[in-house]
Amino acid sequence: MNTAALFGLLGAALVGLGLFGLVVHPNPLRKILAFNLLGGGVFLVFGAVARRGAAAGMGGDPVPQALVITGLVVAFSATALAVSLLLRLFQETGRTTLRDEDGGKP
Amino acid sequence: MIAHATTASGFLLVLAIVFPAAGILLALTLGGRHAERITLALLPVGTAVAIAIACEVWRAGDALVYLLGGWQPPLGVMLRADGLSAVMLVTTSLVICAAGLFGRAGFRTPENLHEARAPLAFWTLLLGVWAALNAVFLGHDLFNLYVGLELLTFGAVPLVALSGRPETLTAALRYLLFALLGSVLYLLGTALLYGAHGTLDIALLAARVRPEPVAWVAAALMTAGLLAKTALFPLHLWLPPAHAGAPAAASAVLSALVVKGSFFLIVRLWFDAMPGLMPQAAAQLLGTLGAAAILFGSVLALRQARLKLLIAYSTVAQIGYLFFLFPLAMGPDLGHSWQAAAWTGGWIQLVSHAFAKAAMFLAAGLIAEAVGHDRIAELAGIGRALPISALAFGLGGLSLMGVPPSGGFVAKWLLLTAAVEAGQWWWALVMLAGGLLAGGYVFRVLGQLWGDANGSLALRARVSRRREALALALALCALSLGFLPLQPNALLQIGRPHAAELVVR
Repeated sequence: MNTAALFGLLGAALVGLGLFGLVVHPNPLRKILAFNLLGGGVFLVFGAVARRGAAAGMGGDPVPQALVITGLVVAFSATALAVSLLLRLFQETGRTTLRDEDGGKP
Repeated sequence: MIAHATTASGFLLVLAIVFPAAGILLALTLGGRHAERITLALLPVGTAVAIAIACEVWRAGDALVYLLGGWQPPLGVMLRADGLSAVMLVTTSLVICAAGLFGRAGFRTPENLHEARAPLAFWTLLLGVWAALNAVFLGHDLFNLYVGLELLTFGAVPLVALSGRPETLTAALRYLLFALLGSVLYLLGTALLYGAHGTLDIALLAARVRPEPVAWVAAALMTAGLLAKTALFPLHLWLPPAHAGAPAAASAVLSALVVKGSFFLIVRLWFDAMPGLMPQAAAQLLGTLGAAAILFGSVLALRQARLKLLIAYSTVAQIGYLFFLFPLAMGPDLGHSWQAAAWTGGWIQLVSHAFAKAAMFLAAGLIAEAVGHDRIAELAGIGRALPISALAFGLGGLSLMGVPPSGGFVAKWLLLTAAVEAGQWWWALVMLAGGLLAGGYVFRVLGQLWGDANGSLALRARVSRRREALALALALCALSLGFLPLQPNALLQIGRPHAAELVVR
């Protein structure tokens, strides 16, 4: 097995773990962490793709690396937005769960 | 390799994205009360750009193209407006205009303050959603579209929580978590496609992609992710509390436009990037989910006690119709007349729903402002106090039901005849049932609004006629689509090489 395949498999494993966490855990903070794990797996897959697509004599295809950098910025902003919403929710209600006890009253 | 060149009026595509984006930067720099002025100044400018693009596309009969930096794909990134993009750009700008003018009353910076949180957030996010939607409609590169999609989410999620009430924070967080799952699945799909084909440009992908496992897996991941953002049943759970909890102007934009952005990408993916590759079973599955959304969303809308939640569940239902595009407008053999009819019907459904739903949310917002609540059971007789709002709600409702003359009627008629002609009559049954259920929930509200008031009608606040007129104008837009001829529309086919086989009757 070459390194690109190994990293691709590791990426797939991270994606699986992250997806599991995102679906199974009810707690939003755990979901946010799982999203980051999942994102890390996707970026690793991009890395494996870059290595496999490398031209002769090059270390890697630069395009997926550029995509990963953009993806990191997006994932970072998404995490920041999610955490700030969660913090605000905690300040307002003292809880960090997504329970709907109000039933949607205005 | 296809060589592209920037068309003469290609710069318009750049302006469509740059104007709202520059507005955000300017609003954040100048801050406070300037945000409102900048947005209001940009509304007519952006609308003029969208209309100019539509006119150019129609006149040229071909797509407008702009190569960023003059670089050819796959090295460079291309902006491209075909007939679909043109229709979406114009719809978006009209709805954003109405929402912006409507939002003036609720998001004015108080006189004694330099800056207030909610107004600044509303005006900049409105511009942000607009820029992101335009980027989604004009993008021609799957990764660029991903960035547009993310910007759309980042603009839309805080709009939900503008009021800062705990239940809207919960709704926004739930929406964001669904959206994040969706975006990361979409990104994984693009990684696989890039790995297999070495490009993310839609036209180049269409030439290279073959029916093989990597294409199925990538497309399935991307579609699943986009479905979560489009809120197709059973991934709709986040939508009703989010859309019902937002302020009326924001609800209108979210329900009319934001969910359509991700739907637009599903269509781009399957019809333009991977034409003819969708397996029949997958098309039937998407149609089935759409049918389930129609029935489930409509029944839940019927059971809602609150007006805004009723409208939000009706969005869940109306999104379902859009997914009949997949079983009806694509298939192993193109060239059937019903495919062109279904294609047109699906897009008219999207546009007329955008106008009708925005009108209904604005009308519901005015009613809630005037009465102080939106409990349907206690709204008896409000139609006499707010006749224009009630009329806007009713006209929007007619379009949802599919009663002539309305855009909803043209859309549903085209989809219905396409389903019958294609021999897939089961979709027609669902559409008929959906129309009846929509009639049920619309008349349930109208009956209350125009019914006899029990006791005296105490209005908490007066609402201006001007804002009522905005809701009515949107409803009339939905209605005026009903005067389109009942046949496939040529504008929707412009610039789509893979739609060339679709016969225009």
